[in-house]
Amino acid sequence: MIAIIDYGVGNLFSLKSSFAAIGADVIVTRDAQEIRNADRVILPGVGAFEDAAKKLRDLQLDVLLKEEVKKGKPLMGICLGMQMLFEKSYEYGEHQGLGLLKGSVCPIKDRISADLKVPHMGWNALQFHGEKHPLFRYINEGDCVYFVHSYAAIGCENSLIASCEYGAQITAAVARGHVMGCQFHPEKSGDVGLAILRAFCEMEGGYTC
Amino acid sequence: MITKRIIPCLDVRDGQVVKGVNFEGLRTLSSPVEMAKYYSANGADELVFYDITASSDGRKLFTDILCETAKNVFIPLTVGGGINTVQDFERVLGCGADKVSVNSGAIRNPSLIDEAARLYGDQCVVLSVDVKRVDGVFRIFAKGGRENTGMEAIQWIKECVDRGAGEIVVNSIDTDGVKLGFDLDMLQKVCDVVSVPVIASGGAGKIEDFITLFQSLPKVDAGLAASIFHFGEVKIADLKEEMHKMGIPSRRSV
Repeated sequence: MIAIIDYGVGNLFSLKSSFAAIGADVIVTRDAQEIRNADRVILPGVGAFEDAAKKLRDLQLDVLLKEEVKKGKPLMGICLGMQMLFEKSYEYGEHQGLGLLKGSVCPIKDRISADLKVPHMGWNALQFHGEKHPLFRYINEGDCVYFVHSYAAIGCENSLIASCEYGAQITAAVARGHVMGCQFHPEKSGDVGLAILRAFCEMEGGYTC
Repeated sequence: MITKRIIPCLDVRDGQVVKGVNFEGLRTLSSPVEMAKYYSANGADELVFYDITASSDGRKLFTDILCETAKNVFIPLTVGGGINTVQDFERVLGCGADKVSVNSGAIRNPSLIDEAARLYGDQCVVLSVDVKRVDGVFRIFAKGGRENTGMEAIQWIKECVDRGAGEIVVNSIDTDGVKLGFDLDMLQKVCDVVSVPVIASGGAGKIEDFITLFQSLPKVDAGLAASIFHFGEVKIADLKEEMHKMGIPSRRSV
């Protein structure tokens, strides 16, 4: 069973449907016991970092997620959910993230030329970093995935597994042990996205970060 | 680098896809869900669904169809038609739409854009405009292109971007259905004043029209069309292949 964390940010219809489409058992929940019972966890999110981080804390899901990760449960953050895995975000101020991965989240516009549009929105090609990560076992370098974001993770070299090029190197996916994240939307990235979700469903947990 | 997007547009009425020429003479094509699946499997980068139903029964049917589509199709979906309130945004976003396009609703109440952008983010709010030359001036037309609002188009588009529209679909009534190419002159003027993505619509008749569009207007992000895709006059895979050959960044099917 995969638990998609429902903490009131963004719509989870497509994410839920995408797991259903690959035949995975999925539940959308904020219930602590259901999350503890799940084999793996998805932390989604769209919108503003500060608001999302606050909602996660208010529901005490930040503590729960850290506990579950410590137990070795695979966790994947998607889009803003990925950004929440890092130590800090500088989106309108400075905000604490979950601190499960080293790095911070900064505005893309500070790093690219002014003639490039922000948000970075659309299909962009993945460049792999290091050894091909198991999340990518069913896809190839150069495959395109769908992005919509104005902020991106930096200083995450020790977890970077894929990037894309948009006037600068943009962090596309990260993983360290069983903590993973995609800046792009696998649930909106066609067959390539579904193949990444399928690989996530097959990943073993249990090893420490 | 981000790829140029190719977007089939599905006009849906009473649960069926239709397409008119110059907005008149609507005729029925096929099932929206089946067409969406087909396009997704054949290289479409995104889909636009326009609800052109007038009745509330039709609206319910459209919403059901949208949900069914989003359960089966995993590429971005933009939904427009009959979007007049934030409740309308809520209704279609709840069915798996990623972006919501406003047209007449924003003309009646421009603050709809501000409100929706604040609630759902700029990237979620798409301004769709139907533009036609009247005595040499670009004018905004409402009600599916039937009514001249008298508003100057470029100024209106600029205002909507300032209010928070994160993307613009620019449909030229003058070139729509004529199949002699996109309205490059008008698109250029739009690109000159906005910094958000611009989607060109109206006039594509063959692959070369898309190549000309992207080569002559590098600031245009996407090309949208309906009947030429629906009738198979342009196959998206062939179009992507040609774009690739011409050095235009494109996402090719797996």
